[in-house]
Amino acid sequence: MVAKRIIPCLDVKEGRTVKGINFEGLRDVGDAVELGRYYAGEGADELVYLDISATYEGRHTFTELVRKISDNINIPFTVGGGISTIDDASRLLDAGADKISINSAAVQNPGLIDLIANKYGSQFVVLAIDARQTGDVWHITTHGGHHQTDRELFAWAREGQERGAGEILFTSMNHDGTRNGYPCDTFARLSSMLSIPIIASGGAGGVDDIADVLTIGSADAALAASIFHYGEITIHELKQQLHNRQIKVRL
Amino acid sequence: MIAIVDYDTGNLRSVCNAFERIGAEYILTSDPRTIRHADRVLLPGVGEASSAMGKLQERGLAEVVKSLTQPVLGICIGMQLMCRHSEEGNVGCMDIFHVDVRRLRADEGSGVKVPHMGWNEVSGLRSPLFDGVNEGDFFYFVHSFAAGTCHETIAVSENGTRFSAALNAGNFYGTQFHPEKSGRLGEVILRNFMAL
Repeated sequence: MVAKRIIPCLDVKEGRTVKGINFEGLRDVGDAVELGRYYAGEGADELVYLDISATYEGRHTFTELVRKISDNINIPFTVGGGISTIDDASRLLDAGADKISINSAAVQNPGLIDLIANKYGSQFVVLAIDARQTGDVWHITTHGGHHQTDRELFAWAREGQERGAGEILFTSMNHDGTRNGYPCDTFARLSSMLSIPIIASGGAGGVDDIADVLTIGSADAALAASIFHYGEITIHELKQQLHNRQIKVRL
Repeated sequence: MIAIVDYDTGNLRSVCNAFERIGAEYILTSDPRTIRHADRVLLPGVGEASSAMGKLQERGLAEVVKSLTQPVLGICIGMQLMCRHSEEGNVGCMDIFHVDVRRLRADEGSGVKVPHMGWNEVSGLRSPLFDGVNEGDFFYFVHSFAAGTCHETIAVSENGTRFSAALNAGNFYGTQFHPEKSGRLGEVILRNFMAL
């Protein structure tokens, strides 16, 4: 069986990583390549770089950065943030990205998933889904949770798979940033409904939460930012503890 | 000098970067003469098997690859094209490895997902290609189709079913996983290939 993956997420603004502390042996926490290499050495299974630049110049810098990451990092990496056209996807593929994640643009224009998947393959397309639960219903949100849509989580996830997404990256806006854990029942339902891998994001407070979403929630991978960036636990320690709980990870 | 066969199957940057990191000289080419005269040949591949096979044939490269006598390594789709037949697009392939490529099946009950994406263990290692690699070491896979196991299998992996993680017949080698994305151990494989 394939191992459960642990994926640190790095936010990038104007070509530099934001958030985080300087780890021992790391000269510059803002250097996205160096930080990525550090995490890869710690045992990260993949990396996600999210461009949070709002400007054209920032986007341009990000593409340059993707090239440098591809030159220097020997594990797979996904890039996301502001990808809204096939040209954006092509540019990042040419720069060396293994996968791209699309979110708001896919909600507005679902055909974008088909377009990118048909051209570059499903393995290249991660559909990132943000949703907020109100009562019993999970509504899809866009633009970082600011905008709520009429779309419902399970229908959208299924549509994403049918249109050619290779993975689903799901974030619960009810849990994101709370550090209270993930909605494991929702992950379990997504996982049993879909044949493609599910990456859990948003809500990890510690090892227990990640272990739960990988077992009870049947998620294939867990993505986290702050618990790694602030050195609360190293990726190696986390994976060792997951291994001790009989969860299959690459050590 | 290693010739990386460029037959328009998408991004070759990560493969080139991997050879650069291990300090190997390479050339990206679709020229039959250059390929024939290289010390080693790498057949990369992403995308869909039947269209990749079509592109290889259009350029007259399928026959060239088959006729090579130096060490040749196919990666992912590149390895699959060296098999007998692929279920993906129902296409006859180069028939260097005497095995067929079939679709992997997702299975909800046992949690088997397709595409098979991520790090998985290899075992049954029997080739100098795996010198320095241990049974149960992990490599990075991304694929929905896989070659079965046969006498040319030099490593197996499992995703619902056992499949060939690597194949070897004479001077031809193939890996289903991506050594260029498999961290330090992936670089060990590429170095071993350069030393064959």
